[in-house]
Amino acid sequence: MPPKTSLLTLRNIVVALLLIALALLPVYAQLAGDRFALTLFTRIVIMALAAVSLNLILGFGGMMSFGHAVYLGIGGYAVGMLAKEGVYSGFVQWPVAILASALFALVIGALSLRTRGVYFIMITLAFAQMAYYIFAGIARYGGDDGLTIYKRSQFIEALNLSDKVQFYYVCLVILFAAIYLVYRLINSRFGMVLQGVRSNEVRMRAIGFATYRYKLTAFVIAGVLCGLSGALLANQADFVSPSVMYWTRSGDLIIMVVLGGMGTVIGPVMGAIALLVLEEVLSGFTEYWQIILGPLLLLVVLFARGGIDGLLATLGERFTLRRPS
Amino acid sequence: MTLFIEQCLNGLQFGLLLFMLAAGLTLVFGIMDLVNLAHGSLYMLGAYFAATFSALTGSFVLGAILAMLATLLVGMVVEVVAMRRLYGRDHLDHVLGTFGLILFFNESVRLIWGPAGLALPLPGWLQQPISILGFQYSAYKFSIIVVSLIVAGGLYALVMRTRIGMLIRAGASNREMVGALGVNIKLLYTLVFGLGAALAGLAGLMQAPILTVQIGMGENILILAFVITVIGGIGSIRGALVAALLVGFIDTLGRSYLPDMLREVLSPAAASTLAPALSSMLIYLLMAIVLIVKPEGLFSAGQR
Amino acid sequence: MSAPLLEVGHLAKRFGGIVATDDVSFAIPPGELHALIGPNGAGKTTLIAQLSGSIFADSGAIRFAGADITRLPMQKRSHIGLARSFQITSLFLNMSVLDNVALAVQAHAGHSFSFWRNARAEAALREPAREALARVGLADRAERLTASLSHGEHRLLELAMALAGQPRLLLLDEPMAGLGPEESARMVGMLRALKRDYTILLVEHDMEAVFALADRISVLVYGRIIATGSPDEIRGNQQVREAYLGDAETAHA
Repeated sequence: MPPKTSLLTLRNIVVALLLIALALLPVYAQLAGDRFALTLFTRIVIMALAAVSLNLILGFGGMMSFGHAVYLGIGGYAVGMLAKEGVYSGFVQWPVAILASALFALVIGALSLRTRGVYFIMITLAFAQMAYYIFAGIARYGGDDGLTIYKRSQFIEALNLSDKVQFYYVCLVILFAAIYLVYRLINSRFGMVLQGVRSNEVRMRAIGFATYRYKLTAFVIAGVLCGLSGALLANQADFVSPSVMYWTRSGDLIIMVVLGGMGTVIGPVMGAIALLVLEEVLSGFTEYWQIILGPLLLLVVLFARGGIDGLLATLGERFTLRRPS
Repeated sequence: MTLFIEQCLNGLQFGLLLFMLAAGLTLVFGIMDLVNLAHGSLYMLGAYFAATFSALTGSFVLGAILAMLATLLVGMVVEVVAMRRLYGRDHLDHVLGTFGLILFFNESVRLIWGPAGLALPLPGWLQQPISILGFQYSAYKFSIIVVSLIVAGGLYALVMRTRIGMLIRAGASNREMVGALGVNIKLLYTLVFGLGAALAGLAGLMQAPILTVQIGMGENILILAFVITVIGGIGSIRGALVAALLVGFIDTLGRSYLPDMLREVLSPAAASTLAPALSSMLIYLLMAIVLIVKPEGLFSAGQR
Repeated sequence: MSAPLLEVGHLAKRFGGIVATDDVSFAIPPGELHALIGPNGAGKTTLIAQLSGSIFADSGAIRFAGADITRLPMQKRSHIGLARSFQITSLFLNMSVLDNVALAVQAHAGHSFSFWRNARAEAALREPAREALARVGLADRAERLTASLSHGEHRLLELAMALAGQPRLLLLDEPMAGLGPEESARMVGMLRALKRDYTILLVEHDMEAVFALADRISVLVYGRIIATGSPDEIRGNQQVREAYLGDAETAHA
């Protein structure tokens, strides 16, 4: 990625407006009395966090993981199972969610990163599905039916996650922090290695990098961020079930990343907004909205692979080209 | 002992069924280098078609044959309309594009047949148990075994003994060469995809009377087919057969004997909690072990 | 004569019934530009692969700076000062030219588990990278996207990446491959300049370049070295003329 010459591109303006709009959304919801918007966007922000985490390995590292939603489940069940056992403190729940995700990512990553290409896709998918069946089989925690969470994670007196606005801002702050983290990460030495691996792994080894350990580290970091997203999702829904880690959910996450624009820091956020808003709009038209979404997806794959971010960049270039430089 | 034999036959039946699904997947991957998630949708369509056609014709066998032809046709149309444009793209494009197809097929089925599942009733002659070597076994499951064995044999003969099979094998190892031979690659690809679709459809319609016909039925079993392709080695028909039988046996026997085995070492309560989770893990453990020992699968694509 | 930097002794490699490397021995003293030539299919690629560690020899030994490296894996050879360039351009096409070289520097600058500091602002990575680029005459291309460079520039970038690791021996696999006459002349000039500072093993098809640059030449035919000597000795060697140069000179005429 060569350095951009100007900060004031169409793309950057849109991104800045987007971040401001996300920050001001509760104000709008309050003024317009639109409580549904707040609920929808809380979900969007949480899913955006998951998509940002997937983008780290898929977009920047070129690792085509098809089981990323598994961490949504692991993070969610960490909160749900502890709550069921009477542990409500977020200071316990969230670190457990993070540790459990890290551990799972470490084991699964260590195994699946031994392979590449289509094997990697299928193996990450299969292991995630294994986790799905395991949680579906544990009767004590609801099995197939899922687990209702009667109390949201508790931190300090002043912070009440049951308050919609407060919860939204907690999610948003975590999302922004994750975006900044990924931004720092991909521009660090570690990030350069990761992008080198995506570009040409054989050459990376030839110039002296032991690529496996860097890929595995990225895999674990991505798992941790997504596990956190799972903990948030369980709190938002007051419920967790195996379906959050069903393989189609991993597919949704990939769609968000690709729709937004792979390998760009902010792309997955745009992708998450686009997909979830599109779902809302389409399902308003017809009960059978997936009959439209499916072929639409195929068309995006065939004709618009740069995603929204790529579209903005192209539009921006056209706009600048018209002016004499 | 009879129970054990029965479970073994069940494992064999399940394994052969899985093979039919995995064979199409691995062929399409080996030859067109295409990851097709929508393979499970064709399995589902096979079942729905069979339910409809056998109700219309009043004959299970006729319905099944028509259903296979219909899935063959759907497969070829899908190849011409969508898949063809995905060849040569990277795997991410395949995954996303065919994921879109799954959404489309699931929703189309819901639109046409409604959200409730269908039943595919068996004719009387298949419902009675038959006696093999002095013990009773379901005639229907036995006929699945027979049909699957015939199909597997036919597939093996097709791939190993015929000109088209030679092209298929050549195509899997060297695409350009087949093109250089002056073969109509486009037609070959359409046929191979159609064949894979018909096999998936057959698997789906044979499973239909045992389970209910419902939306999403192809997705769970698709994951199993993936596991099988990974264990067997992508692109290898022989690998798919060996791995499918392994998975079929381990899954079936695991589900029926693991709870008892656990009860030997654990308290009954703990055993009944653990058993379902553990038995669904078994095949994934098998996959993990194979990966550790042979990351390219048991039979790599070179030797098929 | 000082102790050789690279010493290959009785190296052999078979693929099935084909002997790709047949009892190959040679030594390169520090400071020498040693050329390896041979007709197509002589086993040059296999030999290079064994030297760089992408495949291992069946028997024989490779010693580098006095240490046995016959079984050392590829990424570790790069760390002890053995740098290779690729015959087929193998670069990070979607990164900038400077990023490519900086990655090669980074590979030799300790571990890369640094997650926070901006690597593009690290002088320790960027300065040596810029120097290597300047050395091959690509300084003005530093910020360009690698994919946008010409083929000739890609070859030079390959060279810059090999230089970036502060190598003690440069293993150059056909650096002139696919270059036009003008670009070839530029590359020859470049190698002549590098020759003063580096020990080089040059595998090359371009005979003019080889005879202009090499201190000594080894001729590989059917996996065997049939002659080693100065350019004049090789030119005069009857066996070489028969096996190899005869054709080349007729072709040149």
